Amino acid sequence: MIEPNPAGEVWVFAEHQGGSLQEVVLELSGKARALADQLGVATGAILAGANIQGFPEQLIAHGIDHVYTVEDSRLTHYQTMPFARVVCALIAKHKPQIVLYGATSVGRDLAPRVASEMRAGMTADCTDLEVKDVTDPRTQKVHEKLLLQIRPAFGGNIIATIVNYDWWPQMATVREGVMPLLGSNPTRQGRILREPVGLADTLFPIRLIEQHIELRSVNLKGSRVIVAGGGGVGGKQNFQLIYELAGALGGAVGASRAAVDNGYIGKDHQIGQTGTTVRPALYIAVGISGAVQHRAGMEESAKIIAINQDPDAPIFSVAHYGIVGDLKKVVPMLIKALKDRR
Amino acid sequence: MPYDSILLVKQVPDTANITAEAMREDGTVNRTALPAIFNPDDLNALETALETRDRYGGTITALSMGPPKAADILRSCLYRGVDRAILLTDRRAAASDTLATSYILAQAVRTIGRFDIVFTGRQAIDGDTAQVGPQCAEKLNLPQITYLEELISMVDRRIRIRRNTGQGWEIVEAELPVLVTVMGNANKPRPPAARRLMRFKRARVETEVAAEVKSALPDATDDERAAEVQRRTQGLHSQGLSIEQWSLQDIGADLSRCGLAGSPTKVFKVQSIILTKEGYTEIPPTEEGARQLIHELVIDRTLG
Repeated sequence: MIEPNPAGEVWVFAEHQGGSLQEVVLELSGKARALADQLGVATGAILAGANIQGFPEQLIAHGIDHVYTVEDSRLTHYQTMPFARVVCALIAKHKPQIVLYGATSVGRDLAPRVASEMRAGMTADCTDLEVKDVTDPRTQKVHEKLLLQIRPAFGGNIIATIVNYDWWPQMATVREGVMPLLGSNPTRQGRILREPVGLADTLFPIRLIEQHIELRSVNLKGSRVIVAGGGGVGGKQNFQLIYELAGALGGAVGASRAAVDNGYIGKDHQIGQTGTTVRPALYIAVGISGAVQHRAGMEESAKIIAINQDPDAPIFSVAHYGIVGDLKKVVPMLIKALKDRR
Repeated sequence: MPYDSILLVKQVPDTANITAEAMREDGTVNRTALPAIFNPDDLNALETALETRDRYGGTITALSMGPPKAADILRSCLYRGVDRAILLTDRRAAASDTLATSYILAQAVRTIGRFDIVFTGRQAIDGDTAQVGPQCAEKLNLPQITYLEELISMVDRRIRIRRNTGQGWEIVEAELPVLVTVMGNANKPRPPAARRLMRFKRARVETEVAAEVKSALPDATDDERAAEVQRRTQGLHSQGLSIEQWSLQDIGADLSRCGLAGSPTKVFKVQSIILTKEGYTEIPPTEEGARQLIHELVIDRTLG
């Protein structure tokens, strides 16, 4: 751990894969910028890899001041130990006060290992971050401008606010899609700093034998409108109605875990705690009861319409419009109403 | 070639199936009313360990940290075939965050001694952090392989694994020892074996034996009870039915790294999610209702 360092920067771990930065990194760069402005400090990004051309400029355009780069041909493919070494070495050297990671497979593999090695705190899967003065209820000591790490816990039944008073840096992974992606400013200025970090061969115990990258065939995060079906849709055939309604709205098709588990639709479409988190302009939940795990992935949508036969379904608690009825009748009515409009 | 494995398992409240009994009047969840279950991903880790032993031989030691009640899941492990079960239970371990928990578990793994591989579930459903696996690996200075979907082979102390990468999968290889975290879709956990269940349902940790002695001998003195606990525990042990009970002393833990004192993260505030049934506009399931809804979405510019 490092001592509390209020002058420290706010950092983002710049994860990249297949020649591009993960979108969550750019989302976090915007958030880091906002936090750093509030704290009156600079932002930084840790960028490690074998081929990182173009990424520093992109990070700077999204709000990063200092891009710390570590280039090594052995860092082509991600593996935990050398990346953890890089992050720990840079934290020890520059003493940032906050380090944020995307809650991706890589982020959730790397961040806890770093926290363990640094003996620092680590909060997984945050959905919100704030900076505030906090009084430790045990010691009555006031800690100025602490990072509040806000996350759902207990299967989404509670929202917990986590702080680390004095084992810094304050670190968190942040769920993809929960921080808005702000626009980039290509004229923004920043600095690129090459960092020498020695990596012993023993830090590379994992050998990659074969790799298979599945491109996400569904662009849920980029869709303005999402029509999602759940277990209540009742079958693969009925799911056609979901596609038709999405088609009439020019939207994407989503699904709850129940629909995926029942084999109505592929896992790519899953929305919720274990799937994709979305915040479209319009979300229509059809035959989705609305378990907390699902709601966690869509409740930030601007407009939510719930269609369900069960008037007590929890999905109605987050809906703006509710239709209690048989989806096999209601969905065709909506499609017709949309077509009549033209 | 046989391999010895250590399996880390956790008992968790069943957060996935909130029953009406666990809901309070105000719509929040009463966490203490939730049934305690075997963490789902840890059951998959157990199955991976059992399949590995089926193929290559060796032993499996199940280790859990928790209150005495967590002995339930160690019995479940015994029913399914583990060779040895250990419960680390100590009040001073309560309120540990993931860092303190991994320190304690790593100390316990060291105390067990020789092993080739550590298996655990990807994450526990009470916190969903997925941190304890990687942090134990770091504390033990082991390579970690997270998100196992298939253990392909172990040949000449080299393990080959297919792991989920979130954007597809990869096959990786490493030399043992390693720590592996197992995904919920890796396999279908086997049910308890009937004969083992009959045999191991009597397996107990010492605290459970003490509670049984207390209710069986309400009028006995403390010394008499202690003697009876010792007698029964030795009896269970000689029949291979004891679940070992360890304290923080037994694993040589530095108390400043355990419990609240050893936890960098502090819960500052907890808000219960309240399910309200207000605030939405009810639309009738009619053609007129559908038309009205679409019209409203156009008016407020949700639809272009």
